[in-house]
Amino acid sequence: MERDKWLVLGTGVLIGLIAVVLVKLGNPPNMGFCVACFQRDIAGALGLHQTAVVQYMRPEIIGMVLGALLAALFAGEYKSRGGSATLLRFFMGVFMMVGALVFLGCPLRDILRMAGGDYNALVGLLGFIVGVGSGVFFLKQGFDLGRAKISASPLGGLLMPILMLFFLYLLLKGTVFNAAAGGPLFFSQKGPGSMHAALLYSLGAGLIVGVLAQRSRLCLSGGIRDFLLIKDHTLLLGFIGVFIGALALNIGWGYFKTGFAGQPIAHSNHIWNFLGLYLVGLTATLLGGCPLRQLILSGQGDMDAGAVVIGMIVGAGFIHNFGLASSAMAAATATSPASIGGPNLFGQIACVAAIIAMLIIGYTYREE
Amino acid sequence: MVEKLDVRGLSCPIPVVKTKKMIDQGVANILITGDSAVSRENVSKLARSYGYSVTMNVDDKNNWEMEIRK
Repeated sequence: MERDKWLVLGTGVLIGLIAVVLVKLGNPPNMGFCVACFQRDIAGALGLHQTAVVQYMRPEIIGMVLGALLAALFAGEYKSRGGSATLLRFFMGVFMMVGALVFLGCPLRDILRMAGGDYNALVGLLGFIVGVGSGVFFLKQGFDLGRAKISASPLGGLLMPILMLFFLYLLLKGTVFNAAAGGPLFFSQKGPGSMHAALLYSLGAGLIVGVLAQRSRLCLSGGIRDFLLIKDHTLLLGFIGVFIGALALNIGWGYFKTGFAGQPIAHSNHIWNFLGLYLVGLTATLLGGCPLRQLILSGQGDMDAGAVVIGMIVGAGFIHNFGLASSAMAAATATSPASIGGPNLFGQIACVAAIIAMLIIGYTYREE
Repeated sequence: MVEKLDVRGLSCPIPVVKTKKMIDQGVANILITGDSAVSRENVSKLARSYGYSVTMNVDDKNNWEMEIRK
């Protein structure tokens, strides 16, 4: 096997291992790493939404962007570039977040959930594969969002890393901007947002993953896309690696529990697990990369990818304020019956509307 | 006859899609220009997998020119 394949596979395995270690150190179950969930938590920490249980300035995200920047600088690959349908990409970032929050996780968390024994994630995987397949259909038809240009100044491409450094500064300093409101930054007292590894572990994990993902070009939609498009399985090895790494540690530490029911921060509404990740797969393929890959690109000077990342964070604010995110499954309590969870009617409408919007974009942005 | 293909600034995997399209059309000799290390890796890998020889005329990570020939 060639060097690039070992690098992708090794990166995948390491990310899988690190993710479960982060759970051990305090991150939410089956959520050692989740790009979409953590961006949503950041939106909460900034006060862009008021869902009290999902607010934390996740150092993993900060570390990944900075790690990607460092790796790109050392490799001579840092270049400030942008200008390919930037506003459209911002909205595609919003749509990608709609899909992720209807499913309850990005493709990376989908793998981690499968590696934790969550069968609902298999339904999501099916949707993701069909979504990537739909994107490949449009790519074969000549889909293209247009060319990006290398900028005259390298500064624009540093905006995302600088923003992340500013977030890190706020987190370390503990500044409260609006004392009457209790933040920002806001921090969850309970729920997934309150569950996190110590700052240094999270930041270090993010840096390592950022460096490795930049070097290996790891992309979870890309793995399936390349396999469907050109029968190349290099990136798919990364996907498989994450699963193997996380599965091994989950079994070793007793985190592995199979079933549809009783899974952490997940719902059992099959249609919406499928359609949520269908939307993510389709959008990621048309954007040129999954949420993880967009985050990495935003650290190496790609301002269009930066627009996607900001679209996902801002989108998470809208989605939670408008109540579009799925609720997790819940066991029966004294006051409420058991629930399989899932999106409410508004969340369902948002997901379908975003899928229709993406199909229209896929159809219309064709070069002859 | 050399045909030209400019993949500068195109998102992943469109450089590969465009190259593959020309390969599928049976073009034997293509001069490709690009501006990212990732597209350079992916396009050269694709060309080799179709039995083309790859020559780098300009080999800078952010500005490259490659000739592929069957």
